[in-house]
Amino acid sequence: MNPVALKTPLGDEVLSLAAGDRVTLSGIVYTARDEAHLEMMKHGIPFDPRGAAIYHCGPIIHHDSVVAAGPTTSARLNDLSGFLLEKGVRALIGKGGMGTRVRDELRGRGVYLAFTGGCAALAASRMQLRGVYFEELGMAEAVWILEFNEVPLVVGIDSEGNDLFARVSERADSAFHAMFAQPAANTKSRRPA
Amino acid sequence: MHGGFPHLCMNTPASETRLYERIARATCKAMRNAEIYLPDDVKSALARAADAESNPVARGELDNILQNIRRAEELRVPLCQDTGVPVVYITLPPQVPFTDEILQAVREGVRQATKKVPLRPNTVDPLTRANTGDNTGNGMPAIHVKPGTAFTITVLPKGAGAENMSRVAMLLPSQKNRIAEFVVETVLVAGGRPCPPVILGVGIGGTFDQSAALAKEALLKPIDQMDAFEQELCTMVNRLGIGPMGLGGSTTALAVKVNQAGCHTASLPVAVNVQCWACRRATVEVEI
Repeated sequence: MNPVALKTPLGDEVLSLAAGDRVTLSGIVYTARDEAHLEMMKHGIPFDPRGAAIYHCGPIIHHDSVVAAGPTTSARLNDLSGFLLEKGVRALIGKGGMGTRVRDELRGRGVYLAFTGGCAALAASRMQLRGVYFEELGMAEAVWILEFNEVPLVVGIDSEGNDLFARVSERADSAFHAMFAQPAANTKSRRPA
Repeated sequence: MHGGFPHLCMNTPASETRLYERIARATCKAMRNAEIYLPDDVKSALARAADAESNPVARGELDNILQNIRRAEELRVPLCQDTGVPVVYITLPPQVPFTDEILQAVREGVRQATKKVPLRPNTVDPLTRANTGDNTGNGMPAIHVKPGTAFTITVLPKGAGAENMSRVAMLLPSQKNRIAEFVVETVLVAGGRPCPPVILGVGIGGTFDQSAALAKEALLKPIDQMDAFEQELCTMVNRLGIGPMGLGGSTTALAVKVNQAGCHTASLPVAVNVQCWACRRATVEVEI
């Protein structure tokens, strides 16, 4: 199946996406990491959040162009994303998935989109720099305005609470139990060899 | 050899430069090659994984990775923005004495690579977190020296996402059958965080520290061949179904490579060094 083509500003079309769907995203997207989230909570969102997409990314910018812009780990922003979704943000983009709190906050509002980790060169070739907010936070933490050109993404969490990462992780747990017949994440020697 | 910016890390005839400069240049060149061009065995393994993958999401992730590798080569830019911290392996021929100058020259090469490739400055003080700005620091980069027939410099830039998921277990001598469990569990606990499909370096035996060094050195081995034990571990890891980026699929690990050493009769150290799909390594010979 061909990927669904999305363009910002996003609307109710995101509500019909399901976890596991492949999409491409075009249009303006805003980068934000930890410091930018804290700054926006304190001083307000510097762009129109309605229909916006936030990209968890600390790019390498050189001579006003994007050199590398792969995704950062989204889970660091698990407790900092609610206010953006309340104000109308429709998509969070990053890698590794997000917690149950975000899963609930996305319900009926928007989606979490996963971008392939480590693909900085691919990202740079599909993104153009259009401006910046909070540049004083430094290159990694500033809010960069990027124009996406058909960036390939996967719906990791949909607006009905389906979470692909959680589903995969549950299946991995069962596969591990089937192989070794004991609970995961416990490395103590409980079993005589 | 690969092309590139002609003014960067150039080779100058040996007669015209001091050994120090030649070592620095070779280090810089090895760093640059490692950051931009993935080794052929890793590229082939990723292509084979993409062909074999039936899950469309996993296939899409592997296609993105393959496309990213091509873009990095075309644009001559690092393939991942986490350019890692360099781990350096040197072989010295009998006629070259091991001196502090060699270590200093390698550090200089890392500083040059940081500016010229360019690399992200990743090296910080562990407690103050102050960044040195040039990817060197107290005891960094780690440099390992062995005797050899030629003077070679091999670099293994190591990103943090996968390195942070690595573990060591001091098993009991009677727990030989827990080795596989520990390896597979390491990948289970890591999930999508180390940017799978991963390559696992496994060190078995030695002492506490040696097992980790063995595991890291295993990542230097080509991954197009696995012995029966390595294949068995790899098959078990892939049974987890974590898949590329933790989104599910049949490729969680591209390969498992194992190194062994003798150990104390009362010990069984096992280390797992996790490597993301970007298994970057390159070797450059220093003219002497």
